[in-house]
Amino acid sequence: MNQMNKWVKTIAEKRKMINDTTFLILVTVTLFIVMYIAGMIIFHDQGFAKPQMFLNLLISNAGLIVIASGLTLVMITGGIDISVGSVTALVCMASAYSMEVMGTSAYTAILISLAIGLSFGIVQGYLVSYLNIQPFIVTLAGMFFGRGMTAIISKEMLTIRNETFRSWAEFKIYLPFGTVNKAGIYQPSYIYPTVIIALIIVALIVFMLKKTKFGRSLYAVGGNQQSALMMGLNVKRSKMMAYVLSGLLAGIGGFLFCLNTGAGFVEQARGLEMDAISSSVIGGTLLSGGVGNPIGTLFGVLIKGTIGSLITTQGTLSSWWVRIVLSALLCFFIVLQSVITSRKRQAE
Amino acid sequence: MKKDQPQSLSNSKDKLITRIIHHHLFMPIAGLMVVLLSNLITKPDFFMISMNHGVLYGNLIDVFNRGSELVILAIGMTLVTAASGGQDISVGAVMAVSAAVCCSLLSGGAASTNVLQMPILVAAIAGIAVSGLCGAFNGILVAKFKIQPMVATLILFTAGRGIAQLFTKGQNVYVRVDSFKIFGNFMPGIPVPTPIIISVVTVIVMAIILKTTTLGLYVQSVGINSNASRLVGLNATRIKFITYVICGLLAGLAGFISASRIYSADSNNIGLYLEMDAILAVALGGNLLSGGKFSFAGSIIGAFTIQGLTTTLYAMNVSADQLPVYKAVVVVIIVVLQSPIVQKRLRRIQMRRKSVKVMEEGGASA
Amino acid sequence: MFPGVVALDHVDFTLRQGEIHALMGENGAGKSTLIKVLTGVYELDGGEIFIGDHAKPVVMDSPQRAKAMGISAVYQEISLCPNLTVAENLFIGREPRKHGFIDWKAIHERSQVILKALDIPVDYSKPLDECSIAIQQMVAIARAVDMKCQVLILDEPTSSLDDSEVEKLFELMTQLKNQGVGIVFVTHFLEQVYAICDKITVLRNGELVGEYAVDALPRIQLVAKMMGKDFDDLKKIKNDADRRVNYQQMEPLIEAEGLGRKNHIKPFDLSVYSGEVVGFTGLLGSGRSELVRSLYGADKPDCGKLKMHNQEIRFRTPKDAINKGLAYLPEDRKRDGIIDDLSVRENIIIALQAKRGLFKPMGRKEMEEFADQYIELLQIKTASRETPIKNLSGGNQQKVIIGRWLLTNPEYLILDEPTRGIDIGTKTEIQKLILKLAKEGMGIAFISSEIDEMLRTCSRMIVMRDHEKVGELNGNALTQEHIMNTIAGGVKTDEKGSTAELIKQ
Repeated sequence: MNQMNKWVKTIAEKRKMINDTTFLILVTVTLFIVMYIAGMIIFHDQGFAKPQMFLNLLISNAGLIVIASGLTLVMITGGIDISVGSVTALVCMASAYSMEVMGTSAYTAILISLAIGLSFGIVQGYLVSYLNIQPFIVTLAGMFFGRGMTAIISKEMLTIRNETFRSWAEFKIYLPFGTVNKAGIYQPSYIYPTVIIALIIVALIVFMLKKTKFGRSLYAVGGNQQSALMMGLNVKRSKMMAYVLSGLLAGIGGFLFCLNTGAGFVEQARGLEMDAISSSVIGGTLLSGGVGNPIGTLFGVLIKGTIGSLITTQGTLSSWWVRIVLSALLCFFIVLQSVITSRKRQAE
Repeated sequence: MKKDQPQSLSNSKDKLITRIIHHHLFMPIAGLMVVLLSNLITKPDFFMISMNHGVLYGNLIDVFNRGSELVILAIGMTLVTAASGGQDISVGAVMAVSAAVCCSLLSGGAASTNVLQMPILVAAIAGIAVSGLCGAFNGILVAKFKIQPMVATLILFTAGRGIAQLFTKGQNVYVRVDSFKIFGNFMPGIPVPTPIIISVVTVIVMAIILKTTTLGLYVQSVGINSNASRLVGLNATRIKFITYVICGLLAGLAGFISASRIYSADSNNIGLYLEMDAILAVALGGNLLSGGKFSFAGSIIGAFTIQGLTTTLYAMNVSADQLPVYKAVVVVIIVVLQSPIVQKRLRRIQMRRKSVKVMEEGGASA
Repeated sequence: MFPGVVALDHVDFTLRQGEIHALMGENGAGKSTLIKVLTGVYELDGGEIFIGDHAKPVVMDSPQRAKAMGISAVYQEISLCPNLTVAENLFIGREPRKHGFIDWKAIHERSQVILKALDIPVDYSKPLDECSIAIQQMVAIARAVDMKCQVLILDEPTSSLDDSEVEKLFELMTQLKNQGVGIVFVTHFLEQVYAICDKITVLRNGELVGEYAVDALPRIQLVAKMMGKDFDDLKKIKNDADRRVNYQQMEPLIEAEGLGRKNHIKPFDLSVYSGEVVGFTGLLGSGRSELVRSLYGADKPDCGKLKMHNQEIRFRTPKDAINKGLAYLPEDRKRDGIIDDLSVRENIIIALQAKRGLFKPMGRKEMEEFADQYIELLQIKTASRETPIKNLSGGNQQKVIIGRWLLTNPEYLILDEPTRGIDIGTKTEIQKLILKLAKEGMGIAFISSEIDEMLRTCSRMIVMRDHEKVGELNGNALTQEHIMNTIAGGVKTDEKGSTAELIKQ
């Protein structure tokens, strides 16, 4: 008995490098902090050190936070959804069209957004989980479908002037702190309701993943689908639900995105799926499934936002650098994951 | 004996028909026919080809001309699909990179030029070589790091156009030189559009490669059973890598043609949505998207089918940015039909029908 | 699925309360099929399952149903989620809940209780993939046990455990047995069967051989029953192989010195010669396949040396081995052998083509000639040489693969279970072919689960047990009795002794 304990201990010590999941999230958080502090030091005269700068990160990425969190759910099951960018564009366009051309209320626009997201989720989820079609092909088709539908609704850019909508979009929530500008006037820091909604959604997802049977089944399915089946879980339904939720959240996120941009146009949110996937992967979600957390994804989005802010503040670099840097970062994390998993396999 | 003869004759006729129906190119060709013939309804003169100013004109020529890039892409996509069971979704963006490299070299970095700063051949080769590097990058990720093909190529799918912008410094680089325009239009004295000639040459070159090397057999073998392939001495990693490099090179060539067509490098629009078309061409050609056996002939027919479909949709006043909706629907239909689960269900329905038929016949004879 | 293959044919199996029942049989005997039927993974084509006092047969149509009936199974391939913690793996799918939400506190408390009760030395909060395979196995058992099962099926649970862990598992099994749980125990370790089981059921080729009380079935008889012959029958088998090979005067073709691979095959020495058929025998999981794979470079050995024609060589990939004149017919035809969508012709020429390289393709005519030649030579029954190999029967597929390797004209041919799952006629043909090839000077390694086949063809036999080479028998020492004894693990055959005996003749 004693000997066995000792034996287990030594093995455990040998295998105990760092917990890989924690390691990946740690890399992310450190990366964010380092980047942000670097920004504060280099661009302190351009307001990078102000708290509003950080809040602006949240404001401009509220939609992305929700979308990427939804995507994280799908990726935990080992799947992927690259239609989210197009869904966002479609949601923005449909909302704009309904309010501006059809004259519906802003509330109806919300319902339309949710319905669009939900239908994408249901169809794609069914094809992936019940017909066993590669998620990539299915959501690639979804991506093209969404973008094309956006163009079918309207080729022109539609700016939203609906009053209710504008009042939501411009409703500033002031925080009990702020900065004093050069003229000596106190400027309180503020956020928009979108930020609060996004953070609440992240919290809800974290809670769901931790505290419900459904949430845990997503991890089990992603960890080992066959085992999950053997342990009596309904694998197909769990996968389906992940896509449905991801679709729904893309609908919600799309609407938040729309509140931020206030318009609908065909080219909107192009490449957003890449931002969402990168954020999720950088935030520690394994592409092979089984590991992932919206909190990590939130930091992934913040890193993406910081890269954007750094590049725009710098001024001379063009905007496509954001996506190139982000892709490079994604590539780095993907290779890191691949190395970690293959090392793990070798250890066995 | 005599009595049997007519029966065996009709049997052999039946056999011929079933053999035609079961030939792997039957469905692709049937699809192409349907698409082309449906054009006839909207445009009675669809198949008319005429000579005008010494060059060929006509809707059909247009389909072949516009479909040239797609044919070239589809060949690369077919190899990648067969070997790795996944698709390279970066081809459209890689086309933009190739165009950007080529045009910015030709213009010597300026936004527009009327004089070539470099021989076209050198610039074209440079563009295609950079595309080959993009393919190699994808290949390393897929073959060496064993990353799902679509995730790996997603990186260049998004970053590619940004990289293209880096070469062109964010502008549309125009090369207003006639000798550059011929690759996307006509060569003086030759009635056939140059892109068609280039695509035909590409197909011939690929056919020669398949004939003089064992690439085709190796790719299929690796795609069908990589375990067994390793044990018979094949290097699966290297073979997958090679297919991605070829795919990148071909995307580069397609990008060069596209750039020549509009004598500029428009990083935002060159090759836009073409990755989807190329995947569709492969699938419509009867190739399984999950890899294994492949047929170039099928993919080429598939490419023309897609191009025909595009032409039809244009004729129906569908604009370029709305096209993806219809193509997405076609893709979903194809993958649903290809899915083993659906096929099993279809087979079960067929069997039931057959058994009912047999029972009815049995009943009738009794 | 090939028509005519019955995985399980009219097998009766009875498990009583408080009994540990060994289920024994070689590859393809139907053990795993039986287990899968009992646990609702496969549906029955015929027959009935009764549980407890119920007069009516139960319908076992899903794993969930089996679980509800009190049947739990633990498989060799651990069916747990590596990314979740130990505690979660114990409770996933049946989490205790409070107000509708998962009660983590209860999970952790109960996990601690379970782990303590079963004496599993692991922290419940550890992710499973950071635990050793042994611990993972025990967690799987703990999960099954905690689900209050009446019947516990353990499929090869001990293959990754060391002695002290096995002992621990046995304690646990005894404890459960005393509580009235019926246990089905599948293992290939004979000692373990005799150490803990009450009854033995032997299956073979999907058929029931018999049910025996452990005390009434001596080890050697058990081996004989598993290998398909009654012990006495075996004595009559005629050996066609020429055993009068004088090894001393010959130069070995391949020599292995201390070749080994961690967790797969313990370091071994071996010399093989041209013109002889060497049999590798031992029960399933004894390491016979692993041994030949390490010779071929299919799994890279991590220690030891390999010499061919007295020159040291190293195979990094199978391709290196092929270039040196080795050929390997793998054990799992479907997974490692056939390339199923390719034609018979392509399957035959692929190895030679791979050997020649990317830029030296064979002409169409050359390929067709080769294909026709081997279709005729091996009498492969196929509609045409262009038929996809997947449409052929198992025996003919196997012949295609043999043809594939003969075409490369190997110096040393490794055949791992070439006769499994194929009909008697083809089996005899393959045996004859092996003898003919050896006579022509080819060196051959032959693995088969059927002892009579080996006796008929081999001039020397290597006996494996527990991933270790435990004996080498030849000449007069090559008798069924010796082989059985060595496999059963009675006495470790003195290698040098028996070799010496041979050389004397």
